Amino acid sequence: MDQAPLIRLEDVTKTYRMGDVEVHALRGVSLSVELGEFTAVMGASGSGKSTLMNILGCLDRPTTGRYLLDGQEVSHLGTEALAGIRNRTIGFVFQSFNLLPRTSALENVELPLLYAGAGAVDRHARAAASLAQVGLADRADHFPNQMSGGQQQRVAIARALVTRPRVILADEPTGNLDSRTSVEVMALFQELGRSGITVVLVTHEPDIAQYASRVVTMRDGRVRSDVRRAARRAEPLPPGEAAAAEEALP
Amino acid sequence: MSWFQTLRVALRALLRNKMRSFLTTLGIVIGVSAVIAMVAIGDGAKARVEAQFSAMGSNLLMVLPGTTTAGGAHGGFGSMPTLTWDDLRAIQTEIPTVRYAAPSLRATAQVLSEDQNWTTTVIGTTPDYFDIRSWPIAAGSLFTSVDVDGATKVAVLGQTVVDKLFGPNANPVGQVIRVKNVPFTVVGSLSKKGQSQWGMDFDDCVIVPVSTFRQKIQGGLGNYLGGIIMVSATGPSTVSRTESLVRGLLRDRHRLPPGTDDDFSIRNLAEIASASQEGTRTLTTLLAAIAAVSLLVGGIGIMNIMLVSVTERTREIGLRMAVGAKPGDIRLQFLVEALALAVAGGLIGVGLGLGAARWMASSFGWQVLYRPDVIFIAVGFSGLVGVGFGFYPAHRASRLDPITALRFE
Ligand SMILES: Nc1ncnc2c1ncn2[C@@H]1O[C@H](COP(=O)(O)OP(=O)(O)OP(=O)(O)O)[C@@H](O)[C@H]1O
Ligand SMILES: [Mg+2]
Repeated sequence: MDQAPLIRLEDVTKTYRMGDVEVHALRGVSLSVELGEFTAVMGASGSGKSTLMNILGCLDRPTTGRYLLDGQEVSHLGTEALAGIRNRTIGFVFQSFNLLPRTSALENVELPLLYAGAGAVDRHARAAASLAQVGLADRADHFPNQMSGGQQQRVAIARALVTRPRVILADEPTGNLDSRTSVEVMALFQELGRSGITVVLVTHEPDIAQYASRVVTMRDGRVRSDVRRAARRAEPLPPGEAAAAEEALP
Repeated sequence: MSWFQTLRVALRALLRNKMRSFLTTLGIVIGVSAVIAMVAIGDGAKARVEAQFSAMGSNLLMVLPGTTTAGGAHGGFGSMPTLTWDDLRAIQTEIPTVRYAAPSLRATAQVLSEDQNWTTTVIGTTPDYFDIRSWPIAAGSLFTSVDVDGATKVAVLGQTVVDKLFGPNANPVGQVIRVKNVPFTVVGSLSKKGQSQWGMDFDDCVIVPVSTFRQKIQGGLGNYLGGIIMVSATGPSTVSRTESLVRGLLRDRHRLPPGTDDDFSIRNLAEIASASQEGTRTLTTLLAAIAAVSLLVGGIGIMNIMLVSVTERTREIGLRMAVGAKPGDIRLQFLVEALALAVAGGLIGVGLGLGAARWMASSFGWQVLYRPDVIFIAVGFSGLVGVGFGFYPAHRASRLDPITALRFE
């Protein structure tokens, strides 16, 4: 590689201390993710996937090791600086959507821009564009409880996109969605990858992971395998064919 | 995040729980409205007393003949004339802090116009009297020292007398009235002064030159002044000094040996007025205490609700942090929320308080006075309470760990 990787973890460990007990969530992870790469992180429950994502997302700091994001060492930064990096460089998508209730889709999408100090006009325009990008331009005024799970997750993706981040981190984004909606969401992520946004996604489901171009498997706080391969193209199917498509999988 | 945005987010959060927000502010609403209403009424009462006293005259001392008993009641006023015309002149000329001194001789008499009659108080005095009582003229002119010297038969009428003899708003100047069958030409009428604190009508009087009064209305007492002396000091600060100077002068002139009682008495209106304000001051202190307690209770209520709100919205806080909110942003948001609650309570309280004062004013006929400074202070204090009691919950919110907060059930 002639280009510096966007994400570079060097022997990162994370140890939680609960009283006298030490929990080693990460036991030395080294990982590089290139710009525009679409990576799926898999592994058994408790293997440290979410811990890894929290560190990648600058929500948490490693106990030891280095983390370089876009060439900048961030493992030692303070709370304020990390908040700024989260705002500018990273977009989060959560399993449980985490939309603000009784707040319109548009305003949910605007939220990160509020903390970026954008003006009202700019905010509305960018949020609307972001909603259009996920195919929900006509739902801007809807509240989360007026939308399906898939739509809510797309609003959440629009929110993650709105600051034009370098990385989107998604911890089990399809965990609460049925298989058809999951494919829709994966198609969206693939599109982002093509537009140069780096996507790292945690999943338990192999048929979700197959849409990624790289699969990192975790086990007991370490990377057990790291495979790059051709990704399957996610093509949302009409409802009737979704079940058939699922059975056709290897 | 901009201030405006922060405020908008805070107001939305509050409006989402309208009932809860309202109940939370109730403590502050009640406290502030009670204070605003009572201060408006208290100030109204105070202003009325002040107006009544200043209607009697500015920086006024009244020198009365006769002794006072130990209890302060005036013994035998008028029955024992002790003040002389020379005393009056001495007060006028020998005491530098006296601006004016005038005699005030009174008699009750029937006054007749062409077709009306009215029994009123006739006062004999000098032109200084009008200055002492700061009593502006309504029509015509006052009589002058020339009238006093020449004992001319001219009169100045109070408004009540004008009403009774010539009808409301009539101009009596040039008319002739008869007092004890003596014709007096009306040269002027005085503007309305209203009632004294004891219900006496200041405007129910006819004022004539003191010389004419002595010749035509009430026979003289020789050297003795058959009435009282009204003294106006040069300013509010010299009233007390003037009182003691007048006392010393009169004791000297009456050759009273030390240790004996005065054979006259001096009333200091400023002192009487301030004594009657004493009750108001106690009331104000009491009100401040009520305000403090109710604001404290209101503040604790706000703190309680803000803590509940922080817990309820833990996930929201986690999300906001994840998308880039700094701890300061979160703290400010909750602080502004607490502030908005408290200030809203304060404003509602002001509205209710003013409404209550107005209602009491119209149903009991009390005078009320709205003081903008009290309103600002009340709202300001509410805001302080909001910030003070909102700080801890806001600080707690800002210290949340985003990961834990996002996982919060
Ligand atoms: N805040 C914490 N305090 C203590 N231990 C923790 C904490 N967070 C995670 N752990 C522990 O670290 C280990 C890794 O947890 P992590 O959440 O990363 O697993 P995961 O791979 O995401 O699992 P899952 O697939 O169930 O989401 C687990 O043993 C977990 O108990
Ligand atoms: Mg997990």
